[in-house]
Amino acid sequence: MSTSMEAVASAARADAPPAIMLDKVNKWYGALHVLRDVTLNVALGERLVVCGPSGSGKSTLIRCINRLETHQEGTIKVDGIELSDDLRALDAIRREVGMVFQSFNLFPHLTILENCTLAPIWVRHMPKAEAEALAMEYLERVKIPEQAKKYPGQLSGGQQQRVAIARALCMKPKIMLFDEPTSALDPEMIKEVLETMVGLAETGMTMVCVTHEMGFARQVADRVVFMDRGEIVEQGPPNEVFENPRTDRLKLFLSQILRGH
Amino acid sequence: MSQTSIDPRSLRAPPKRPIKLSWADERIRGIFWQVVVVGIVVSIVWWLWSNTVHNLEVRRIATGFGFLNREAGLPIAESIIDYNPTNTYLRALIVGLLNTLKVAVVGIILATIFGTLIGIARLSKNWVLRTLSATYVEVIRDLPLLLQLLFWYAILQGLPGPRQAMHPAEGVFLSNRGLKLPWIEWEGAHSLALLAFVVGLVVTFLYRRQAVAKQITDGVPRHTWPVALVALVAVPLAAWAALGAPFTPDIPALRGFNFQGGLTLSPEYFALLAGLVMYTAGFVAEIVRAGIQAVPNGQREAAQALGLRPGAVLRLVVLPQALRVIVPPMTSQYLNITKNSSLAVAIGYQDIVSIANTTLNQTGQAIEGIAIIMLVYLTISLSISGFMNWYNARIALVER
Repeated sequence: MSTSMEAVASAARADAPPAIMLDKVNKWYGALHVLRDVTLNVALGERLVVCGPSGSGKSTLIRCINRLETHQEGTIKVDGIELSDDLRALDAIRREVGMVFQSFNLFPHLTILENCTLAPIWVRHMPKAEAEALAMEYLERVKIPEQAKKYPGQLSGGQQQRVAIARALCMKPKIMLFDEPTSALDPEMIKEVLETMVGLAETGMTMVCVTHEMGFARQVADRVVFMDRGEIVEQGPPNEVFENPRTDRLKLFLSQILRGH
Repeated sequence: MSQTSIDPRSLRAPPKRPIKLSWADERIRGIFWQVVVVGIVVSIVWWLWSNTVHNLEVRRIATGFGFLNREAGLPIAESIIDYNPTNTYLRALIVGLLNTLKVAVVGIILATIFGTLIGIARLSKNWVLRTLSATYVEVIRDLPLLLQLLFWYAILQGLPGPRQAMHPAEGVFLSNRGLKLPWIEWEGAHSLALLAFVVGLVVTFLYRRQAVAKQITDGVPRHTWPVALVALVAVPLAAWAALGAPFTPDIPALRGFNFQGGLTLSPEYFALLAGLVMYTAGFVAEIVRAGIQAVPNGQREAAQALGLRPGAVLRLVVLPQALRVIVPPMTSQYLNITKNSSLAVAIGYQDIVSIANTTLNQTGQAIEGIAIIMLVYLTISLSISGFMNWYNARIALVER
């Protein structure tokens, strides 16, 4: 994708209502201040990559978006609905937001197909045949339809993570959250998972990815957010952020990441 | 990774190893040790058997179960079925068996409920609840069960006599004669209503199962409660009303030195039940805690992230995995309750051991008496483990 096309695309997205709005979000674990005044808007269809050193609060941030963690100050709105203790709002948001975890978290007692049909059947009340057809469609998209009858323990890490992506997609979410989806994988498996994510990005899905995969960020991200010690330090298009870091913190981080790879 | 073509060499059958008649061959060693072990067991059994037969002949003791039809002449304080000392030994032993089952079945149910609650409380975020339940588990597990039974029995014996009985509500008396509760004159209509209720439970269970299966196929959620209401409340009530809706309260009252009427929980039964339940609940609590903790938190988070409500998360994701860990050790605890109920002897509750003991003292048929006790416990224990193994196989993970 050329730079001018990206500019056009993000300009078009800027007009759409934001899919996710965070306004001065603060969170503490006990006395530890893990999110400090985080303000962030994610447009519909935008692909956002969040990076930063470990303990910077990036995982906490995306876990707050579907309320696996609760924030103590500020407002979070997803798809126009504000996150609060209201269980109906929570239900509505979780149906629209899919999540992929670092440790896959597939259900070991269910087959791959059952993993994918569980939520459509019990949350969306979809007939089993329809849910299975849908699941097979997504399993084909992540290129493992032949594993449908197996159990998660029989699959490699990369295959499990692709199933986890298919499982989330079966709920037809508007937004997908990825929490370090490749950090627990071997290099060759990282590739297959990233290819799946690139394919998903090409469909126009709104994505928020916590990842250190700079290649992925450059290839698909509209915007990169760099976090450190609970706050957003820098953000911008990937080329700008990676080539011209303005702060010492980001420079240090980038040098460490590049040394690591 | 996609399936690539298979290397034909990997399709070869594994090589066959010829059996060598040598100590170096582990298969030969295996056969040798099996022959040795079986030989030892057979010799011990043969020795015990021939010894017994010889000694019985020398002492001229008649063997056989003919004594079961003789009059027992043995008083039994509490019984579910009608019994008096002129009945046969067989009936006395059946009373003992029912008393054992009464304490074991109620004990298993209560220990499961109580233990599960304490196990969950140990994982609570509430400091007081967590510490209390942890203390309970540590104290209860460290004290011998016999001591605990004697403790409860001593406490109940320390209660005032019938004339000074505690009387917290109309028709309720607590004294050293046990707990007296108001009851009703039991009639056929009540048995019918009870039967209807039990049938209703089965019907509700089957309906619920079918409703879930149907929802999976067509997606339409169905409520179980209307069916449950009809099957568990309306039908039993109708059955009771159809037979004239008999209701004669049977309220205990003090007559002379003791109470008459009402329902009695004897101090012996109460002490045995309380001791067994509290002791076993300590172990059950640990098993439940281990089961819950065996399910990684990520499983709950993944289920929540998919939009499942807390009840569905528990039912569809957490419990199927936790039960896998819980059921096998739970089976052992159920067997323990059943067998530990034989400590009833220490506090004078007449269970199967107590009555079989008296029987063998009175008749001298020691071998038959012990055989009956063994047979009873073996049957109950095999039934429990048979059921639990079936349940475990049903919920087992196919592959991991």
